[in-house]
Amino acid sequence: MLAFIQQIVSGIATGGIYASLALGLVLIYRAMDVANFAQGEMATFSTFISYSLIEYAHFDFWSAFVVTILVSFGLGVAIERLLIRRFEGAPVLTLLIVTLGLFTIFNGVTGLIWGYVFKAYRGAFPSTPVQFGGLYLNTQDLGVFAVVLVMLLLLYLFFSRTKAGLAMRAASLYPDSSRLLGVRVGWMLALGWGLASTVGAVSGMLVAPIIFLDPNMMQAILLFAFAAAVLGGIESPLGAVIGGVAVGIVMALVGTYIPGGQDLRLAFGLVVIVVVLLVRPAGLFGRAAVKRV
Amino acid sequence: MRRLPRVRPELLGLAVIGGIVVLGVPTVTNQFITFEFAKVAIFAIALMGLNLLTGYSGQISLGNGAFMAVGGYTTAILVQRTGIPYWTTIPVAALVAGGFGFVIGIPALRLTGVYLALATFALALSVPPVLNHYDTFTGGHGGIVMPAVLPPFSLDLSQEQWLYYMDSGIALLLFVFAWGVVRSRTGRAFMAIRDSETAATASGISLAYYKTLAFGLSAAYAGVAGSLLAIATSYLNPDTFGLSLSLALLVGVVIGGLGLDFGAVFGSLFVVWLPYYAEKASGLHIGALSFAGKPDIFYGALLIVILFFAPNGAAGLLQRAWRWYLHRRTAVRSPLPEPVAER
Repeated sequence: MLAFIQQIVSGIATGGIYASLALGLVLIYRAMDVANFAQGEMATFSTFISYSLIEYAHFDFWSAFVVTILVSFGLGVAIERLLIRRFEGAPVLTLLIVTLGLFTIFNGVTGLIWGYVFKAYRGAFPSTPVQFGGLYLNTQDLGVFAVVLVMLLLLYLFFSRTKAGLAMRAASLYPDSSRLLGVRVGWMLALGWGLASTVGAVSGMLVAPIIFLDPNMMQAILLFAFAAAVLGGIESPLGAVIGGVAVGIVMALVGTYIPGGQDLRLAFGLVVIVVVLLVRPAGLFGRAAVKRV
Repeated sequence: MRRLPRVRPELLGLAVIGGIVVLGVPTVTNQFITFEFAKVAIFAIALMGLNLLTGYSGQISLGNGAFMAVGGYTTAILVQRTGIPYWTTIPVAALVAGGFGFVIGIPALRLTGVYLALATFALALSVPPVLNHYDTFTGGHGGIVMPAVLPPFSLDLSQEQWLYYMDSGIALLLFVFAWGVVRSRTGRAFMAIRDSETAATASGISLAYYKTLAFGLSAAYAGVAGSLLAIATSYLNPDTFGLSLSLALLVGVVIGGLGLDFGAVFGSLFVVWLPYYAEKASGLHIGALSFAGKPDIFYGALLIVILFFAPNGAAGLLQRAWRWYLHRRTAVRSPLPEPVAER
């Protein structure tokens, strides 16, 4: 029983990582109805930047963290302004393929600069266990969860308490009316990409100490983030977080209790996506889509 | 009897020249290039399948690499376990992969656009670990080694030449079949679904039937391609069929031209030869960074550039050039027809 609870706790922690990447997906989906396939590879790229800052420029983790976040934000904004904007109003299929193009570009550039050799990444938290009422909690897991919580709180405050957050919400719900009211909708989209890129970078920097750093490291995590976003209803930030934690727990249990579960985890991610879409396409917190014809 | 449509002499000439080139390639090139062109034929088959699904019926799939895996492993396992001649396994691979695609098509019925892309992306990612896991069948990481293929009837051909002619022949056959499908009732139903599902349903087209059919057909084509790939390389392992294969297929079909017949041919030329030239581009450096053997960046960049400047791909450009030529020749002052696919 204790081992079971142990698995659930560690599932919640990895779930926090899936949740932050899923949050990035949701931010972009809300803004432009497209799943950003490049989300994971952008996060990998950012994580490698922080790796270089730590290893070569001798930053400590947290200053590298802050610098990386700023760079990632700029990167996201630049991608929207320079590239995605040219495809505004294009069919969903076209936009999807553009993000897939970004996926291969980022993957290739990361491999080009840093190579494909696995690298150990020194994170913020030591991976020492703390005993807590019979449970052995990993300091790293606790740290990951704390960072995710702080990030969520900040995002919540941004969207509910600031003018820019309000303008972003307005721009994604009613682009035309917002434009008439003087909201610069184009820049709100760019802001959305910037934020998505930022939360993605955070998830990358949190997961890198747990798995090794390599250019393909986020692909499996992107799949779980997709599963999380779909489970939560792809439009709901809260849903993405709860979905992320749920997927984290399921994957921890699958990895432990199903023979060969480590190999089959990705397939289980696929099963989660398909089952949710078949049984409850709107997810847990999404609204059922009503289509006007 | 129905009169055959008049064929323009230029087209006939092009077809003859094309035929001579296709037949003559392996006689003037070395074995390596012949083998690469055999792969072009194989990938053309996979892209024809993806074009039927994405180009004509408008359903995106990032999972056709998974269908290729099913076809490839069907052939490899049959040849390894039962020792039957390799060519008998090709139709079996088509059937098994087609059936698999049909089954995948059923949940896909409920999924459109983004969701379908997500689910098929997950499919593409989960295939290699699953293949690794069931290693009693698939040989796991070690893969399966098959006996090398020899030309039949003691033909005086090298192994590569035989593979090239066999694969090109099958590709031609399947090209004609796809050509026919697109121009049949089925093809029109596919395109109606692509252009508007609501309008298609209102016209009495069964979405369920035609969408699963598109998936099944597409998967059967991919299965043949996977099978031929296994035969050609006489070895396969799970890493052959990873996400990068599925992505390369999508890149190929977009760059070749979605929803245009010859798109698959141009796309496969691109998919097979780009990595080769990327490898050759080892002279290309930025500082200490070498671009050798990293085709991904070129894939991605070209993908976006093509989407921006030529949404109908290489085949679309050629089609435009051909129409411009006809326009000049006949000097008919009629407006140019719209391209087939505006996506």
